[in-house]
Amino acid sequence: MEKLYGSQLAITATRARLLALGAVHTAASGHIGGSLSAIDMITALYFNVMNIDPAKPDDENRDRFVLSKGHCSPALYAVLALRGYFPQEDLKLFRSIKGHMSGHAEMRHVAGVDMSTGSLGQGISAAVGMALGGKLQKKDFRVYAVLGDGELAEGQVWEAAMSAAKYNLDNLCAVVDVNGLQIDGATKDVMPTEPLDQKFAAFNWNVITAEGHDPCALVKAFEEAKAYKGKPSVILAKTVKGKGVSFMENNYGWHGKAPNDEQFEQAKGELEAKLAELEGK
Amino acid sequence: MKIATRAAYGEALVALAQKYPQLVVFDADLAGATMTKGFAAAYPDRFFDMGIAECNMTGVAAGLSTCGFIPFTNTFAMFAAGRAWEQVRNSIAYPRLNVKVVGSHGGLSVGEDGATHQCIEDFALMRAIPGMLVLCPCDGHEMHLAVEALLNYDGPAYMRLGRAAVETVTDAVEGYKFELGKGAVLADGKDAAIIATGIMVQLALKAREILAAEGIGVRVIDMHTIKPLDTALVRKAAEETGCIVTTEEHNVIGGLGGAVSEYLSEAYPVPVVRHGANDEFGRSGTAGAVLEAYGLTADGICEKVRHALTLKK
Repeated sequence: MEKLYGSQLAITATRARLLALGAVHTAASGHIGGSLSAIDMITALYFNVMNIDPAKPDDENRDRFVLSKGHCSPALYAVLALRGYFPQEDLKLFRSIKGHMSGHAEMRHVAGVDMSTGSLGQGISAAVGMALGGKLQKKDFRVYAVLGDGELAEGQVWEAAMSAAKYNLDNLCAVVDVNGLQIDGATKDVMPTEPLDQKFAAFNWNVITAEGHDPCALVKAFEEAKAYKGKPSVILAKTVKGKGVSFMENNYGWHGKAPNDEQFEQAKGELEAKLAELEGK
Repeated sequence: MKIATRAAYGEALVALAQKYPQLVVFDADLAGATMTKGFAAAYPDRFFDMGIAECNMTGVAAGLSTCGFIPFTNTFAMFAAGRAWEQVRNSIAYPRLNVKVVGSHGGLSVGEDGATHQCIEDFALMRAIPGMLVLCPCDGHEMHLAVEALLNYDGPAYMRLGRAAVETVTDAVEGYKFELGKGAVLADGKDAAIIATGIMVQLALKAREILAAEGIGVRVIDMHTIKPLDTALVRKAAEETGCIVTTEEHNVIGGLGGAVSEYLSEAYPVPVVRHGANDEFGRSGTAGAVLEAYGLTADGICEKVRHALTLKK
């Protein structure tokens, strides 16, 4: 597949938003707010940045992706379906006992998922392990991990950050989905994690900041991270929780709630209008 | 010959490193105590000291295993099974990754360091995780065999090592063969069976001698694999002897005694008397003094056997 850029990425991310929203609505359960904030970065990774082939999901030379904020599986599953890892129909089984599309990212049953995650703070350690594996095997694959800014309150994240710096894992790129909100409210009120740039710099990481919903800025940030040698990189991506659905944006109440039928129709309408606009229809 | 299982483990890692190039070793700033320092010196590019950060060590090992490596993580049992329990569950066991979690300094024989470091809950913690293999070899000979067996077992496992030097006994047993999930009968008897694990195996053999002098014939089973339990061997012992004593350097709740009781109560009820730490924390003292204080001795086992015999129908 040819890499996608700019507006093509924006169109794909909007389609992924519709799929993620549909999955959560069908399941009547799931984490839509953070999925909508992380979906542009995940789309950029799978449609531009990462060296992957959906026909060979276990290729040992592939780039790896770890969704450390594993509750945002709707975003990952939607992007994987669009990328061709499995049929979009499967998304109807999200969180259903009839299938294995687990509520949190699940590697044993969902093609394309590189690590089972869900318990916060653990995915980044696994990503460090994969990057260490690449170094040991002298392979040039890269490892990407997406974390939430609320997740950074987990001490394990900083243990992982220390170890990535110790082993000079410049094949590792973490992205923090800085949407500023978590279940109980604003991250700055629940447990302030800022200043993130200074914290990661102090842990010996290369720090990059990017607008988290701008595909061009995200691709540029990933290229910058890839070019940086000697240290792991982190992209602090400024995002909006619930991005793309007016009544969900910047509202922490939508962290882990499914829309009812009426809300779903409104959200779907907004996203479809956005899609038509991007496609120039 | 006396050697601590941790020392034998350290030797085994070095001895098997060439044959198993996928073997990599992690430690959390305890390489001198867990005995991985020999491996670290011989294979520095396959050894990772992750500092005092057991949760991250566990997760990094999980990630590394997805690239085809076989990581062994090392720290004290207290931190391997306790502090990093949820990482073991969610990052290793749930995705069924090929990581071996090794907890050294298990049980009360840690001695002087006291209760904070005397883990008597690791079997229970690890056994409760679906699909987890739980091991506790009793001596140096068995440990070597266990390490190689783990290298050939594709899946998550927990193995406890002991701090104190213990007599090697399994090398002299005729017909002894190590197989994961299969206990070994070290000595036969018809009146009662002692099912032991770890350092209690040697004490069980001593107890058998004491009881033999009283005319009581005791079978001694070395149950190095606590999960999956060798139910066929347990049942056979129950059928042929009519009463069981379990002994372990662990709380009597949730470990070997729990496993044997759970199985027999459903399959073939006979009296099962559990010997171990009696639901209380340890304390400081020399290893010998602490074991003595908690009754983890050959005499302590004998008392349990005599009691079990009174319960026999």
